[in-house]
Amino acid sequence: MLILLLILVPFIGGLASFLFGEKMAYAWAVFTSLLTLAIAGTAYYFYSQATHTTDLSFDCPWIESIGSTFSLSMSDGLSVLMIGLTGLLFPCVFISMQNKQPERKHVFYGLMLLAQAGLIGVFLAKDALLFYLFWEVALIPVYFLSSMYGGPNRIPVTFKFFVYTFVGSLVMLVALLIIYNHTPVHSFSWDAFVSVGRSLPEADQSWLFWMLFIAFAIKMPVFPFHTWQPDAYEQSATPVTVVLSAIMVKMGLFAVVRWLLPIIPLGSIHWMNVVLLLCIIGVVYASCMAMVQTNIKRLIAYSSIAHIGLMCAAIFSYSNNLLGVQGAYIQMFNHGINIMGLWILVSIVENRLGTQDLREMGGIAKIAPRFTIALVLISLANIALPLTNGFVGEFMMLNGLFNSISTYRMVFTIIAGLGVILSAVYTLGMIQKVAYGELNEKTASMKDLTMNEWIILLVIMGIILFLGFYPNALMLLVDTP
Amino acid sequence: MNAIVLSGIWGVVMMFAGLFLKSSKQIQWTALLGIIALLVVSILDYQAHSVQAQTYFGMMTIDVYTSWFSILITACCAMYLLIFHKDIAAVGKNEAEYFALIFFVMCGVYLLASYSNLLILFLGIEILSIPQYILAGSDKENIKSNEASLKYFLMGAFSTGLLLMGMTLIYGATGSFDITSEKFVGQFEQLSSMSSLSFVGILLLLISFGFKVSAAPLHLWTPDVYDGSPTAFTPFMATIVKVSVFVAFIRLFHFSFGNVSDAWQIAIASMIVLTLIIGNVTAVYQQSLKRMMAYSSIAQAGFMLFSIFAVNSTLAYKGILLYSVVYSLASIGVFAVIIKMKDYTYDGFNGLAKKQPVLAFTATVCLLSLVGIPLTGGFFAKYFVLSAVVEQGKYIWIVVFAVLMAAISAYYYFRVIRSMYFKTGEAAMHTEPTTWDKTLLILNAMIILLLGVLPSLVFG
Repeated sequence: MLILLLILVPFIGGLASFLFGEKMAYAWAVFTSLLTLAIAGTAYYFYSQATHTTDLSFDCPWIESIGSTFSLSMSDGLSVLMIGLTGLLFPCVFISMQNKQPERKHVFYGLMLLAQAGLIGVFLAKDALLFYLFWEVALIPVYFLSSMYGGPNRIPVTFKFFVYTFVGSLVMLVALLIIYNHTPVHSFSWDAFVSVGRSLPEADQSWLFWMLFIAFAIKMPVFPFHTWQPDAYEQSATPVTVVLSAIMVKMGLFAVVRWLLPIIPLGSIHWMNVVLLLCIIGVVYASCMAMVQTNIKRLIAYSSIAHIGLMCAAIFSYSNNLLGVQGAYIQMFNHGINIMGLWILVSIVENRLGTQDLREMGGIAKIAPRFTIALVLISLANIALPLTNGFVGEFMMLNGLFNSISTYRMVFTIIAGLGVILSAVYTLGMIQKVAYGELNEKTASMKDLTMNEWIILLVIMGIILFLGFYPNALMLLVDTP
Repeated sequence: MNAIVLSGIWGVVMMFAGLFLKSSKQIQWTALLGIIALLVVSILDYQAHSVQAQTYFGMMTIDVYTSWFSILITACCAMYLLIFHKDIAAVGKNEAEYFALIFFVMCGVYLLASYSNLLILFLGIEILSIPQYILAGSDKENIKSNEASLKYFLMGAFSTGLLLMGMTLIYGATGSFDITSEKFVGQFEQLSSMSSLSFVGILLLLISFGFKVSAAPLHLWTPDVYDGSPTAFTPFMATIVKVSVFVAFIRLFHFSFGNVSDAWQIAIASMIVLTLIIGNVTAVYQQSLKRMMAYSSIAQAGFMLFSIFAVNSTLAYKGILLYSVVYSLASIGVFAVIIKMKDYTYDGFNGLAKKQPVLAFTATVCLLSLVGIPLTGGFFAKYFVLSAVVEQGKYIWIVVFAVLMAAISAYYYFRVIRSMYFKTGEAAMHTEPTTWDKTLLILNAMIILLLGVLPSLVFG
C-alpha cells in the first residue's frame, strides 16, 4: 500500500490545491511534497533493508478483458533512485520559491503536484499500458504549467514541445500494442513483454526498436530530436524548467532501461552504433552550442543535452563489466541534483536582476558570497570534478563506453571525453561571467541568498559533497542490475 | 422492443403536447420525462433480453449487445436533452415538434440497432434521416439553416437511392432480405462463390453508409449542414445519429459480409485514409469552432471506421461501444460551451478560463478526450478500435498513419484550450450558464474521466 500512497498523496494533494484556493496553496504544497518525500524515504529504507517488501509492490486487476493490471513495483535500484530524486526535488523547488510566488498559486502548485504524481507513476509502472498512461499524464500538467508561466514566447514553444512528445508517444503506443499482440496470453505485464520481446525475430525487432526509441529519444532529448528543448527550457518559468530538465528528461533514459533494452535486445544491439553515434554527436554539438550562448538558461539547456547524450551512450555501451549502465544510473540521480541546484541559482539571478543575459551580469562574487559559493560548487559538480558527485558516474560511464562491445568504441570514447573538457570550458565561462568581473548597474544591488534559499542550496551542496566522498551509497543501490 | 414502441408513441405525445400545453417549460418537462421513461424501458428491455436473443416477426433480433447499446445511446440522448433542452426550445416557435422529431430519430436508432432484415435497416435509416432534414432547417428565417436543410435532403435522398439499389442487387443475388436466412448467409460464405451482383450491392451499401457517417470522399455535405443547422441540433446529428449508423453497419459488415471481407476491406481502408487526412487537415484551417467541430466529427468518424475495418474482432465491438459513448459525451460537452458563446471563432473564446472556469474546465476535459489523452475515455476509445486492427496482424501502417493524424488533431483541439486558458480577452457570453448547467457539465466531464480509468464500465 505504501507504494500506492507515493502516487495518491501528490495526486490528491494536487486536486485539493485547486479547491483550497490561493491562501493555503503554498503551505499545502510544501506539506504535500514533504509528505511524499517522507513516504519515498520510508520506501527507500524498506528497500535497502529488504523488509516489508510487500509494501513495495502493488497489484490489482485493472482492465481484465485486455489483460492489463494496475501493477506498481519498486523492485530495482533505478526506480528507487528516480523516486528519491522526484521526492527530493519538489520540496526543494517549492521552498526555494518562497520569496517569489507565481500568480494564481493554487493552480501552479496543483499542477506541479499532479505532474509529480504522473512522474512517480512512470517510474513505478510494471504494466505497459499503465506506463503509457502515466507517461502522457505527466505531460499534461507540464504543458499547462509551461504555457501559463514563463517568457513571452512560451505558448508556441510549449506547444512545439507537446507535439514532439505526443507524436513520439503515439508511435510508442502502436509499438507496445504490436508487442502486446505477440504475448501468448494477452497481457501488458512487464514480464510478459520481456519474455515475448526477446523471442521476436531480429527483423521485427529492428523496426520496433525505432518505434519505441524515437519516443524516448524525443523526451531525453538525443540529437537530432532535441530542437524543442532549448526553447522550452528558456521560455518556461524556471521552477517548471527544473521539473522538465531534472526529471522529465530522465523519463526517456529510464524508459530505455526499463522498456527498451530488455524487451527488444536484438534490435538494440543491431542499432547500437547508430544510437551511440547520435549520442556522441549530441555531446559535442550541444557542448559547442553551450559555449556560444549568451542566455544563461539556454546555456544550461545545452549543457543538459550534452550530459544526457553521454548517459544515453553509456546505457547503450553494452560494456562487459556493466560499469557503463551503472554509471548512467548514478549519473541520472546526480545530474538531477546538480541541474536542480543550477536552476535554482538561475532563478535567483533571474528574479533579482530581471535578466537572463550573461552579458549583463558580472561581479556578483563581491557582494553575494553565499551565492557564489553555491554557484561554484554546483558548477564544479556539473563538470564532474573529483570529490563531487558528478565524478563517479562520469568516470564509470566513460569506462563503460571504453569497454563497449562496439567496434568503434575507441573513437566514441575519445570524442565523448572531449565533451568533458568542453563542459569545463562553458561551465567555467558561465561562472566567470556571472560571478566575476566588474559590477555593473544591474548587479550592484544584488542581494545575497535568503535563509530559505541558503538552506535548500546547503542541502544540495551537502548531497553533492557526501556522494562525492562516499559514492558507495549509490553504488550499493545499482550493484545488482 | 418496448423502447421502439415507446419512442414512436412519445413522438406523437410530444406533437399533441404542442397543442395542449401552452408554456414552453411544460413541453420541455414532457420531453425530459419521455427520455427518462425511454431509459427505464430500455433497461427493462435489457433485462428481458440478457439471457437469450429474441426475434420479432423475422424482422428484428434483439440480443444483449443490441439492448445494451440502446441503453447507452438513450443515456447519451438523455444527457443531450438535459443539457440542451432550453436551447432546443429557443430555436423557434414550434418547440414541441423539435422534441417530437428527436423522439422519432430515437425510434430509428433503436430499429437500426436491432434489425435482422434489410427492409428494417432501410426503414431505420429513413426514420433516422427525415426528421433530421427538418431539424436542420428549423431556424426558418436563417438562410444558412435553409441551405443546410436543402443540401442535407438532396444528398440524403441520393444516398438513400444508392442504399435501395444496393439492397435490390443483394436481393437479386440471394433471394432474401433476411440476413439470418440460409440463402443470405450461403451467398456470403466465401468470396469465390459470391455473385457479382452481391459485390456491387455491397459497394453501394458501403457508399451509402459512408455518406451517412460522413466518411470522405462522401463528406462534403457535413461542414455546411453542421455549421448551418441551429447549434442546438448539431451535436445531436454529429453524435447520437452518427454512432448508431456505425452500430447498424458493423452488424451487417461483420456478421453478414465478414467472410468476404477481401471484397470491401480495401474500400474501407481508402475511406479511412481519406477521411482522416481530409477531416484533420481541413479542421486545422477553420476559424469557427462550430465548423472545426464539424470537421472533427469527420475525423473522428475515420477512427470509428476502424471498428468496421477490423473484421470479426471482439475488440472492435467493444471499441465502437466505448467510442460511441465517449465521443458523444465529449462532443456534447464541447457544443454545450459553444452554444453559450456569442462569437464562435477561436478569438471569441479568449479568456474564458478566467471568466467561466467551470465551462473552460469541462470543455478542456472533453477536448482532451477527443484528442485521446490517457485518463480520459477518448484514449481507451481510440485504443480499442486501433488495437482491434493491430490484433489482425496486417495493415499496421494504417494504424501508424492514424496515430499521426491523431497528433494533427491535437493541434486544433489544443488551440481551443490555448484560447481559453493562455490568451486574454472578453469571452463574451450569449447566455450565462446557470448552476444547473454547470452541474450537468461537470457530471458529463466526470463520466468521461471515469471511463478513462475504468473503460470496462460500458462493456456491460
